[in-house]
Amino acid sequence: MVRRVRDVVWDVGEIVVMCRDLGGSLRHRRPSWPDFLSQMHFVGVKSQTVVLTTGAATGMVLCAQTFFQFHKVKMDTATGAVVSVGMCSELGPVLAALMLTARVGAAMAAELGTMKVTEQIDALRTLATHPVDYLVVPRVLATVLAAPLLSIEAVFVGIVGSYQVGVRFLGIDGAYYLANMRRYTDPPDVVIGLIKAVVFGAIISVVSCHKGLTCRQGAEGVGRATTEAVVMASISILVVNFFLTLLLNRVLNPT
Amino acid sequence: MIEVRDVHKGFGTQRVLRGVDLRIDAGEAVVIIGRSGGGKSVLLKHLIGLVPPDSGEVRIDGRAMGGLDERALIGVRRRFGMLFQMAALFDSMTVYENVSFVLRREGRHTEAEMRAMVADALERVELPGIEGKRPAELSGGMRKRVGLARAVVYRPSILLYDEPTTGLDPIASDRIDRLIRKVWEELGVTSIAVTHDMRSARRISNRVVMLHEGQIHADGPTERILSSEDPLVYNFVNGIATEAADTP
Repeated sequence: MVRRVRDVVWDVGEIVVMCRDLGGSLRHRRPSWPDFLSQMHFVGVKSQTVVLTTGAATGMVLCAQTFFQFHKVKMDTATGAVVSVGMCSELGPVLAALMLTARVGAAMAAELGTMKVTEQIDALRTLATHPVDYLVVPRVLATVLAAPLLSIEAVFVGIVGSYQVGVRFLGIDGAYYLANMRRYTDPPDVVIGLIKAVVFGAIISVVSCHKGLTCRQGAEGVGRATTEAVVMASISILVVNFFLTLLLNRVLNPT
Repeated sequence: MIEVRDVHKGFGTQRVLRGVDLRIDAGEAVVIIGRSGGGKSVLLKHLIGLVPPDSGEVRIDGRAMGGLDERALIGVRRRFGMLFQMAALFDSMTVYENVSFVLRREGRHTEAEMRAMVADALERVELPGIEGKRPAELSGGMRKRVGLARAVVYRPSILLYDEPTTGLDPIASDRIDRLIRKVWEELGVTSIAVTHDMRSARRISNRVVMLHEGQIHADGPTERILSSEDPLVYNFVNGIATEAADTP
């Protein structure tokens, strides 16, 4: 137990140092445009399928479950509002982030971990290149930018999916569905979701890059780094989401 | 000039270097020999600042590397080139992208200039025209030669080799040795190699340093050390296992 706590404290310390290097690099060096675009393609474009599928499935299921409960108290048309607010401020960003963690975070940790154990990171350093400048900056920038965009997509397809299920299959009146959705979804709900997505993007990329760069030797080390990256990023997202919900609602949605 | 002063290094409970003192002048060709796990590669990585000492210091032309952070070390490392044991080529890049890596990062050369410099470096390692290949398409020996081209293309003044012939057949080893010798003679660099290969040590050095149990045990001109009658050196050079020299 003491050892686990010590490891976590050590990890956090190393992440803080890496963030300091990251900040220094962003202030003093211009990020490599081709590397950034390449990472945007990997993080943003190639994650479309998984994020859109997750968004659509979540919106549809949430709509059905909400309808089944609300139908008992004759509040069918409020379903759209619940789905919309839930998707915008919670489920869209959180589920998109968890999917990104599984797909992108794992890949980042494995790639950088493999580079570490095959001495490619040391080679970078001997070639007068700071690993944070070359490897971490493009990945963090791309993930921080791609996460809110993917989150928006997840929310959009989730709402469209919920509309299809609610109106076509469950018989909710389409006009009321949309009217209630618009009535109860405020701009702060969207802003909260976007802020969360940006924070989650930073968590995924920083944690995954850190785990890759501090990977231990051998195939086992790479496997362990990948697993730890996914677990640590996922738990961090869920914990941070709770506090962000409390904080951002107090700040942006004070009612 | 490289100076290593009373360097100690340990990993966990294992003490790898126990007070190493070493001075290497510009233009020397030094080989560091010693048993596996004896700290040769760790010492080599100290020279370029990849590993920090627990105590003691490393100086490059009088400038202490201790206390420099990773960013400050970049300027110092610009003077070094290093060939890794497994070449450590970037496997997501082509040979051209690997060899031109530093040149592109510096941004001081046009694309045409970089093409010419890469072609010259590949010519130097006797691998012309393979710019478009990927590391996965190359044999072990070719990968090391591309690694050497990557290390010399920006004309560093100090070249480090971490077991340059390990894992290669005798012909490929001979070719690597010749190239290391050629680079040393033609470019006038300081050459420092870690190796177990005594034939290679004889070919690529004019000075041999033997590391034993974390300390310098023998240091002198290549022929004198390789023909030494000191039991430890003699047994190592001639590959004679004794009961005292159990596996580390």
